[in-house]
Amino acid sequence: MSAREETLARIRRNRPAGSHPLPDIPDFAPLVGDDLVIEFGERLKRMGGRIGSPEGGDAFASVRERLASAKIIASAVPEIDGNRDLSQVALPKDLADVDVAIVRAVFGVAETGSVLFTEEELKVNSVAYLAQHLVVLLDPANILVNIQAAYRRSDFASAAYAVLHTGPSATADIEGVLIHGAQGVRSLTVILLPRG
Amino acid sequence: MSAEDESGPRDRLIHPDVAKPSDEGERGQDGRRLDHAEATTRPIGAEPKIKAAREPQPRGARIRGNRPIDQAEAAERFLAAPLHQKAHDERLWDLRKKRDTAAFGIPEWEELRELASAIKAHTLSNLDRYLEEFEANAKANGVHVHWAADGADHNRIVHGILKDHGAKTLIKSKSMLTEECGFRHYMAGTGIEVIETDLGERIQQLDNEEPSHVVVPAVHKTRFDVAAVFAKTMGTDPENDDAHYLAESQRMHTRPLILEADAGMTGCNFAIAETGTVVTCTNEGNADLSGNVPKLQIHSIGIEKLIPRIEHLGVFLRLLARSALGSPITQYTSHFRALREGSEMHMVLVDNGRSERLGMEEFWTSLKCIRCGACMNTCPVYRRSGGLSYGATYSGPIGLIIDPTFNKRKYSTLPFSSTMNGSCTNVCPVKINIHEQIFAWRKVLAEEHQIPLLKQGMMKAAGQMLSRPAAYRAAIGAADSALRVLPRFAVYNPLNTWGKGREMPDSPRQSFHNWYKQNRMDPAKAAKTEKGGIE
Repeated sequence: MSAREETLARIRRNRPAGSHPLPDIPDFAPLVGDDLVIEFGERLKRMGGRIGSPEGGDAFASVRERLASAKIIASAVPEIDGNRDLSQVALPKDLADVDVAIVRAVFGVAETGSVLFTEEELKVNSVAYLAQHLVVLLDPANILVNIQAAYRRSDFASAAYAVLHTGPSATADIEGVLIHGAQGVRSLTVILLPRG
Repeated sequence: MSAEDESGPRDRLIHPDVAKPSDEGERGQDGRRLDHAEATTRPIGAEPKIKAAREPQPRGARIRGNRPIDQAEAAERFLAAPLHQKAHDERLWDLRKKRDTAAFGIPEWEELRELASAIKAHTLSNLDRYLEEFEANAKANGVHVHWAADGADHNRIVHGILKDHGAKTLIKSKSMLTEECGFRHYMAGTGIEVIETDLGERIQQLDNEEPSHVVVPAVHKTRFDVAAVFAKTMGTDPENDDAHYLAESQRMHTRPLILEADAGMTGCNFAIAETGTVVTCTNEGNADLSGNVPKLQIHSIGIEKLIPRIEHLGVFLRLLARSALGSPITQYTSHFRALREGSEMHMVLVDNGRSERLGMEEFWTSLKCIRCGACMNTCPVYRRSGGLSYGATYSGPIGLIIDPTFNKRKYSTLPFSSTMNGSCTNVCPVKINIHEQIFAWRKVLAEEHQIPLLKQGMMKAAGQMLSRPAAYRAAIGAADSALRVLPRFAVYNPLNTWGKGREMPDSPRQSFHNWYKQNRMDPAKAAKTEKGGIE
């Protein structure tokens, strides 16, 4: 018998006694207030992310300095041009020299300050981890109230890869000292910008 | 940062955005100190006033083949290293307090625990069906699905996949399952290099040690220990114990290995039957690098990780990071369902004793465990003895009830490393009755004569005395206290781990029985009970 058949046979033989029905998941009352934009920003900041808004007609005012000092910018959004074309990347590792990557989130989650990407938004998945800094565009109308609402969306069943980012890459494996940029991005800034 | 701050190796290694050595942790956009991920709420570290006061890192249990692990002996050495012991204890208690704050912030916390426990019970009792569903969906997604009967099988399968692709290097993220399978040790003889990419796990790999905690693998090490390991293995400055410098050095050292790796591997927090998805919950971004950079990706899955539907993540994700870290979520929650263009994706479903454990009436619910580590953080024995003292892949309370299923003789002493305070059960997000199972294991091991002779003798003596009221009362009457009457070796012997590092509380001057006899009982009856009559 194959390992598959053996394992399945043992599971059937060892099935725990009693009835164990699958419970229904109730709708829990949101933990956050009505202003989802404010709630999202507060929670994102607590998770190490930054929040920026357009200023004086410049959508990217909050990251202008960052962009000015960047040598290589990879943009996956029409709102800004970079100098690294994501559609021309041969291998995922070729993005290791990117200083700033700019991508749009599918949605945000107010309860946690998370944003969702799939391979559609990222173009090349590795850009969200190999870039030194990540700038995320989020339509304020696309903020969901909580994680429960997020998992009712169809994105998880349709995307090959879906990922919730909540702030930047972080570690505190050495004496609990919090460090951003463990292996992935050193910073994550969300700019609230309606879809064009 | 001024130019003077940057000198020596820091210059060559450090990115301009890395914080100053004086920074004890990152701050948020509004200047507040942050404590997400596994960070502490306040600086906690081993801070010897003078360098000479530093102490060597206490090592874990001595493994002697199949012989029972002497956890108490290793715990004693940990207790004898006060800098390590104190930092470890405070750090984990801080995590436990963060967990409380996060849990109290959700009114439906108890309901979520009930739901999570019920979903797991349902899935485990229909595991055959859900595994078949998962397999069918994963295959439809273009994923190669493998079944491994045990750890050796898992290692052979993964080795085979790597060989077929001519892979020379494998980058991997932290996975307790691969630790359980002894994957790294197996691969050491194959000529294929395995590179751990989680900082804590990498520290442990470079120091040739197992992880000591399921969430924070190097929590038993101080920054001085890490500096010494990195100096030896990566050539960093041995005098520089700045955590930012050490973490950045690891990043710079590991990144080229990530970029050039032939294959990537992750573990699995949740496997979704309805979509064939593997979900990982991580903070560093290394699991996503492992899954998204090399052209070959492998995900190892313990079969108990199955949950039926995507919507159930809405329950488990709200519990996991809050229980583990006191954060609402981890930095990354990644859902690997189907392949990338140009990639090949393998999933290995590993049994390794799980389907047998399912048939153990008293112990099958331990399969509900989501590896959050909350029971470890709250356990007074674990906090004071360190994870490596257990000499097993799983340490702390959950380890006590899982490890004997792998090897009854080798781990026969572990269920005795508990005060039975029940705190583990109270914090468990999937409501495993951990302390009751610890007690049940003691009974099983006693019945099967897996208990060491000294402990057996002690328990027999105690049992005889406790079962004979007259003898017990005589003993108590002769002294003030049962604790003083029990031979000192019975209270402070090496097997009674919780007699270690503390004295037993003073006992009352008068026993309750004596007080009752003097104040409440009529003299005739008292005389009768004195003779040991049973009422």
